[in-house]
Amino acid sequence: MPFIPHTENDVQQMLASIGASDIEALFDEIPAELRIGALEKVPAGLNEMEMSRLMHERASGPQPLCFIGAGAYEHHIPAAIWEITTRGEFYSAYTPYQAEASQGTLQLIYEYQTMMAHLTGMEASNASLYDGASGLAEAVLMAVRANRKSKSKRILMPATVNPAYRSVAQTIVENQGITLELVDYQLDAGCIDVASLPAEPGDVAALVIPQPNFFGVLEDVNALTDWAHAHGMLVIAVVNPTSLALLTPPGEWGEQGADVVCGEGQPLGVPLAGGGPYFGFMCCNLKHVRQMPGRIVGRTVDADGKPGFVLTLQAREQHIRRSKATSNICTNQGLVVTAATIYMTLLGADGLKKVANSSHQNTQNLSEQLSAIDGVVTAFASPTFHEFVIKLDGVPAADVLDELMADGVLGGFNLGEHYPELGEAVLVCATETKTEGDIAIYRNALSRVMSKLKGGAA
Amino acid sequence: MSNEMNSDLSHQKDGVIFEKSHSGRTNECQSPRETSTSSVIPTSLLRKSPPLLPEVSEMQAVRHFTRLSQKNFSIDTHFYPLGSCTMKYNPRACNTLAMLPGFLNYHPLAPVEMGQGFISCMYELQEILKEVTGMKEVSLTPMAGAQGEFAGMAMVRAYHDARGDTARCEVICPDAAHGTNPATAVMCGYKVKEIPTKADGDIDIDALKEAIGPQTAGIMLTNPSTVGVFERRITEIAQIVHDAGGLLYYDGANLNAILGKVRPGDMGFDVIHMNLHKTFSTPHGGGGPGAGPVGVSDRLIPFLPVPMVGYDGEQYRWLTKKDRPQSIGQLSAFAGNAGVLMRAYIYARLLGREGMPRIAEYSTLNANYMMAELQKKGFDLAFPSRRATHEFIVTLKRQAKTLDVSAMDFAKRLLDYGYHAPTTYFPLLVPECFLIEPTETEDKDTLDGFIDAMAKIQQEAETQADMVKGAPYTLPSRRLDDVRAARELDIVWQPMSKDE
Repeated sequence: MPFIPHTENDVQQMLASIGASDIEALFDEIPAELRIGALEKVPAGLNEMEMSRLMHERASGPQPLCFIGAGAYEHHIPAAIWEITTRGEFYSAYTPYQAEASQGTLQLIYEYQTMMAHLTGMEASNASLYDGASGLAEAVLMAVRANRKSKSKRILMPATVNPAYRSVAQTIVENQGITLELVDYQLDAGCIDVASLPAEPGDVAALVIPQPNFFGVLEDVNALTDWAHAHGMLVIAVVNPTSLALLTPPGEWGEQGADVVCGEGQPLGVPLAGGGPYFGFMCCNLKHVRQMPGRIVGRTVDADGKPGFVLTLQAREQHIRRSKATSNICTNQGLVVTAATIYMTLLGADGLKKVANSSHQNTQNLSEQLSAIDGVVTAFASPTFHEFVIKLDGVPAADVLDELMADGVLGGFNLGEHYPELGEAVLVCATETKTEGDIAIYRNALSRVMSKLKGGAA
Repeated sequence: MSNEMNSDLSHQKDGVIFEKSHSGRTNECQSPRETSTSSVIPTSLLRKSPPLLPEVSEMQAVRHFTRLSQKNFSIDTHFYPLGSCTMKYNPRACNTLAMLPGFLNYHPLAPVEMGQGFISCMYELQEILKEVTGMKEVSLTPMAGAQGEFAGMAMVRAYHDARGDTARCEVICPDAAHGTNPATAVMCGYKVKEIPTKADGDIDIDALKEAIGPQTAGIMLTNPSTVGVFERRITEIAQIVHDAGGLLYYDGANLNAILGKVRPGDMGFDVIHMNLHKTFSTPHGGGGPGAGPVGVSDRLIPFLPVPMVGYDGEQYRWLTKKDRPQSIGQLSAFAGNAGVLMRAYIYARLLGREGMPRIAEYSTLNANYMMAELQKKGFDLAFPSRRATHEFIVTLKRQAKTLDVSAMDFAKRLLDYGYHAPTTYFPLLVPECFLIEPTETEDKDTLDGFIDAMAKIQQEAETQADMVKGAPYTLPSRRLDDVRAARELDIVWQPMSKDE
């Protein structure tokens, strides 16, 4: 049931103008042997009522309490955000090729760039990338281009960076001869030991520093930044935007600050939605801005001298530079960035800090309560932001998570596949959405499950 | 309508959000309750001063962003015939149903038992896209057309590498190719060789034969091509490329023109990407998020990016590198732009098998009608001997030469008439061009209105060229100074620029 307005009368008038006998005649340049019949395996069309019923069925089901983070975080999303974001004027516009007819989108991106730059403590931001993981890949490519002191294509990639991000970066950069060298972490602290880093690392283009890292643990970003700069490397910061209301912005890390900042924007007003669409943000200082991939909006003036906005520095981009472009990226995640911009506007620095604080407090509370359960310990002694790792003594994490799910609790992300050295370990998250009551439900459920499983094992 | 829009704004203070901000203004209702702020975080890791974010009320924010939205042209407000972009109507049901709470609250790492309804939609979309493209397997995960291109060319490389055929270092692109094609080839470690397009719009096959050889990894093509015509000798081209050991990449930008009529898989392509934000009507959103699923022929199946969706007859689940060890790997942290895929799925189910060919038919009818009418009004076609596909090219070279009124001037003047301009200056090989794509969702009256506007601008160009060159006049901004934007870079607002 396609969305086609033509009446039979329209069709006849149009064909007469073209000088064609029927619509089929318009396809006469396609070789006949290539033409196909009906698309048998595509289901017959539904009307809106039928489709609505089907989708409501598919969207129904249990709504468990979610304590999973691991790169996607449940935060409260104010009602105004998606009401405005899905206005047709934002929803159904395209990349602002005609600037004069796209001032809404362009100004919004300029405001977004401003917010991200101030949040990260950097001088410049692009209009966003696809997501946090692919954003890190682009940051790696950018650092190799931007590091004038180094000819190296080596990147130091800590094991405490989200494993999915490392995997995506590998996929995207490996065909350009770039190598990602793993940096180990301390098993008891869950973060990198600066003292253990080599005194002579050789020629390396950049060090990646996650803050907080994948375990939720805070890295010693100041010392790491200074170590990297002392050895001629650039610093790529991978940060959680919510945490930046509370934590030192990458622009102020160490003596000189980070060089490229990237991360996942989803916590800023974007629903979990099965993993996307989210957006990646990327910031840098002005000296590197010409190496940055993606769209950038600039403020200028019009023919009357009135301020207005345009896409700028387009000489970096594929539609001008073709094979010499900084990246093949052609768009950004415009609509999702619209939501994030409204989110940051509604919350402001004060509201965002309350979200960060409240998440941090709930996490500390949950951590204390869970680690009081027999057979449960927190894996690392270090301070964390809004996630932490628990180790389960003598029971498989997978079984524990299955049992918790039966109790309506999604207990966290099983670290077994990516970090077998931690044993039976689970990454747990609590944001501001969790109440005292929710935390008690988790504690009671885990307590019950642990005694059941340990009892069964004994 | 643009006039109304402008006069509505003229008596309002119209700055950036930061200029409406006042220190100490907060939105308590939007923030969590203040809890204890005791923290184990060492002071050396804490922020010293708050970030500069707006301090406005909820109503100020709502008004500011609503008013910003009103400064946009969009499909919902204006005819938007941007060639190669397929700006068709985005059905509201697709958005409403994709935003049901059960979908929005689904954490991507939640156990699959919790997301069977969600994942089943992804699986069925995979199957639908296989059928409409004639490819053997599909992976949904690329997050935009350009990422789909990357996935496609990375698979081409993985295929040659797996066979030990590592001397293939070149990718052939027609000179009319979208800029992402050569940029993608380079990201995959290839050199690019361009081949010319002939005067009739088809690829120069002699030049192809000359360019191709044992160094050729593959060719990147769009069919219908970026010049708006169907590449008639595609089967022969496929034969030549395959005989040389290369693979054929299909850029799905123009799939709308052939949906349900002819399939890239049947034309001999080995790998394709689709732009779901074009053919499957997911929103363009001011420039994303898109979705760029890839489909492949038999020989590339092992290399598809993960995750894909599997179904064993009982349960739907994500397939990872453990299931598909030769995969080129992951392209996003989770499963791509899942919410965009959901909108495409809903659209595909609304269309159904009988609706799909009608999309090709009516988008082609609209384009050929506009082409015929514009020619009757005296405009020059770039490829007058050819049928239009879902789009076609007008060249304003004559107007630029004789009247000194360029394609850009026509484009800006069209905005005054309430029409978004077609794509200008692409493809690069046609001088002063308009690439015009009306899509199937526009009615005849709208097309006639646009054609009349073009004819009027032609008259204006003949009698008052300077007026046309000064357009637009009725939008929130007059013509903007791009050169100044790049030279005096202002990309982040700073408090000291507040007096402007």
